Amino acid sequence: MKKLKIKINGKDYLTDPGQTVLEVAKKNGIDIPALCFHPDFPVKGNCRVCSVEVKGYKRLVPSCATTVCDCMEVRTETERVKKARNMNLELIFAEHIEKCPNCIWRFQCPLLGAVKKYGVKLTRFRDRKGARKIYKFRNAVEIDGSQCIDCKNCVEACAMQQNIHYLKFAGKGSRQEIVPRQNEGFKCILCGQCALHCPVSAAQEQSEIAAVEKLLARKKVNRATHPRLRQGLRRGEAAAYKDKEILVAQFAPSVRVTIGEDFKMPYGKDTSGKITAALRQLGFDYVFDINFGADLTTIIEAEELLERIKDKKATRPMFTSCCPGWVNYVELLHPELIPHLATTRSPHIHLAGAVKTFWAKKMKIDPKNIKLVSIMPCTAKKYEAVRPEMKVDGRQVIDQVLTTRELSFLLKKNNIDLARLKPRETDDPLGRFSGAAALFGGSGGVMESALRTADFLACGPKAKLCRAKIDYNEARGLAGIKTAVVDIAGSKVRIAVVNGIGNIDPIIADLNKFDYIEVMACRGGCIGGGGQPIPTTDEIRAQRQQTLYQIDFAKKGFRRSYENKGVLEVIDWIKKNKLEKKVLFTKYHKRNY
Amino acid sequence: MDILSKIRAADLKGCGGAAYPTADKWQAVKDAFGPRKYVICNASEGEPMVFKDGYILKNWPAKVVDGIIVAIDFLKEHGVEVEGYIFINPEYAKKFGRFLANEIQKRNAPISLYVKPEEGGYICGEESAILNTIEGNKSEPRLRPPFPTQKGLWGEPTIINNVETFYHVAKIAEGTYETVRFYSVNGDCKNPGVYKHRADRTIKEIIAITKNWPKFDFFVQVGGGSAGEILNQHQLSATPTGAMSLTLYRTSEWTARELFRHWIGFFLIESCGQCVPCREGTYRLYETINVKNPDWKLFFDLLDDLSETSFCGLGLSVPTAIKSYIKNVLLNAELNIKDADKEKIKNLNFKI
Repeated sequence: MKKLKIKINGKDYLTDPGQTVLEVAKKNGIDIPALCFHPDFPVKGNCRVCSVEVKGYKRLVPSCATTVCDCMEVRTETERVKKARNMNLELIFAEHIEKCPNCIWRFQCPLLGAVKKYGVKLTRFRDRKGARKIYKFRNAVEIDGSQCIDCKNCVEACAMQQNIHYLKFAGKGSRQEIVPRQNEGFKCILCGQCALHCPVSAAQEQSEIAAVEKLLARKKVNRATHPRLRQGLRRGEAAAYKDKEILVAQFAPSVRVTIGEDFKMPYGKDTSGKITAALRQLGFDYVFDINFGADLTTIIEAEELLERIKDKKATRPMFTSCCPGWVNYVELLHPELIPHLATTRSPHIHLAGAVKTFWAKKMKIDPKNIKLVSIMPCTAKKYEAVRPEMKVDGRQVIDQVLTTRELSFLLKKNNIDLARLKPRETDDPLGRFSGAAALFGGSGGVMESALRTADFLACGPKAKLCRAKIDYNEARGLAGIKTAVVDIAGSKVRIAVVNGIGNIDPIIADLNKFDYIEVMACRGGCIGGGGQPIPTTDEIRAQRQQTLYQIDFAKKGFRRSYENKGVLEVIDWIKKNKLEKKVLFTKYHKRNY
Repeated sequence: MDILSKIRAADLKGCGGAAYPTADKWQAVKDAFGPRKYVICNASEGEPMVFKDGYILKNWPAKVVDGIIVAIDFLKEHGVEVEGYIFINPEYAKKFGRFLANEIQKRNAPISLYVKPEEGGYICGEESAILNTIEGNKSEPRLRPPFPTQKGLWGEPTIINNVETFYHVAKIAEGTYETVRFYSVNGDCKNPGVYKHRADRTIKEIIAITKNWPKFDFFVQVGGGSAGEILNQHQLSATPTGAMSLTLYRTSEWTARELFRHWIGFFLIESCGQCVPCREGTYRLYETINVKNPDWKLFFDLLDDLSETSFCGLGLSVPTAIKSYIKNVLLNAELNIKDADKEKIKNLNFKI
């Protein structure tokens, strides 16, 4: 293909045809601010902040919507450009009521960044959106109309990407606002993709930072008043302080490959050890890895799958149930599919359940003194954690859920630079995990992990000899729908992986063509979850997913969940104490909202 | 001679305001590939002080329908289905919808009426906003390219022309075309109305022939009551432009500030809200002008922003009336206008 030659600010650049000025500039390290642009969606060109001057054009042009042509001459820093850019930034800032001091987005807000960088005047206009409403969706997501800059990304995420259509613009002009459409029969599944695509955090998770800070502050006081606690608790010491709160943190499979991005590390960098170190530094007594929970979930789910395959009368296909956005989707919009959902709980609920039963017993701690914070890539997990069905002995197993973004904010607020921390190991015995567990963070991971163990279990006592399969490449990658027929100990199992809830319709229409279906509400699975760092684009999703595959591959000889002895011990203990129903399985109900 | 050559020979230009050569538009749609094509008649007429389309619909509904059918027949070929729409504003639908439906039925033509939503307003007349509206999306303009001729309604090649254009097309097809235009004359004058006159008439002549030349000092807004350019009474020897409206203002009755508020108030209400300069800019312009001592520097900075970075023609045209009024009337030395804000505006020395 012939390359085009274009000039930006007097310098020549070679580029492929079909690209926009913004893309070429970005690729070559020329900074053009852009707020409404997101690679997940077609160009909208409504913020006009990326306006540049192109020779031969009468007016300024939006660089996001201008395709390069040969010999184009672009200028990004002329007085004309600066004047228009600053005016548009000023206008946007005037409609965005600044709640910066408490905003979890303040360290990374591109609007605040641009306003500071270009020295935009901020005092000439009065706030005009003071009376706008904050719409809260359960305890998970909120849209704050007073911060909205009308870029439309949330509506596109909800409609175009997720096919949920819960958000829309009402009214027009300066009176328009984003409103939920629950009165029109649409339902929110709490996936948080609106938040993931919002440039200014008007759509965001309902923050639990304050609650977590309270826990951490209380811990600090406790440490100060109990001299022996000052160094932090060492393993086995907790029992001596059993009347005191024990703080436990656990983090999800996908968080380790994303949070580094918020600290200027490369996309998809594995930061497990650093997260552990950071959480300890924040003041958590114990840090567990939800990968352990993922191994537990895999085994329970694989057993359930095998049962449903063996029993001719069982409801098939079986759907995975790890994704709470998907569970919400079924309960709210397709309750007829409830019998198809695996009754297995999700990894973070499993692990938390094990912490508050098995581990509490072992450590001789009263479960009510354990406060557990789960670090998740997801907004819907906030709602899953408070579901009454998930309680053990009347108590929530997870006390607070923070998203990846919230943890980033908390670390930055406490001046903890993740990139510079020395990696630490998570706590035993709930820390070791198989390669399969790591896969849970991406689309197809639950499927692959469950198949590995199911195949292994189906082979029975001869497992060592039958060489059960490890790699299921059919389930991998970022395609919207992945289907295959796999062999599990001689029987054919038809599988499908739905990557993003927007792709679910054709699968629901053809249910009886499948035996086992994984659904993740977010594009890419948890690595593209609604609580993940911004930006999240397909390019970034792919790199995050790649790292998960590497983590799995590096676990040579330990790539099946069933090989996790710690997990088997926990399951044995739970079964012996007849806690299966309380800790391992759950129920679903048709809901209206 | 085929119809396209006839239209080209007649040198017909779109009568909605942009004056794009009709034959070129039709050719582009004909050449574009698509199993379905659409013809849309824009009868939304939302610009203040422009009433010509209503006048034509009232008097010659049959001609308009005929014109649309000519376009449909032109696009029809083997393997291409063509459908027509009349995108009509609610008031006209009420008044003339029945007649149009009648004519359509008589000819058994594949044309349906689409009534513009009540809240649609001015922006709904912009051609790509029409497409969004019919498709059930928010009524706002689309990015160009692609142009509607390539990807219009439901992504298919689409001809969108104004009511008057289709009227002329029908006349061309039946061989009775005369180079006339429909002029809406109104404002501070004695005989407001819509008049049909030769296309080469100057503004001055039209005002005079229609017996509307006033005895007092006045200025004229040409081509639309919001987006039209302002000319003083000595500048009227050109032919009208845009939507061919002539609105007369009695100079002594309007202060600069009242006029600005009048125009900006309209744009503020009618902005679709899509882009920042128009949504926020018109809001802040209105806010800026509505105080005792306006910050005129800020006022003109906002206008510059609109003309530099607006998404569509609505935002781009916000400064037209204001700037031309300042240049041709307020600061015109010969006219010697007295106005409280004149000196402040003059001292700013901004470029028009």
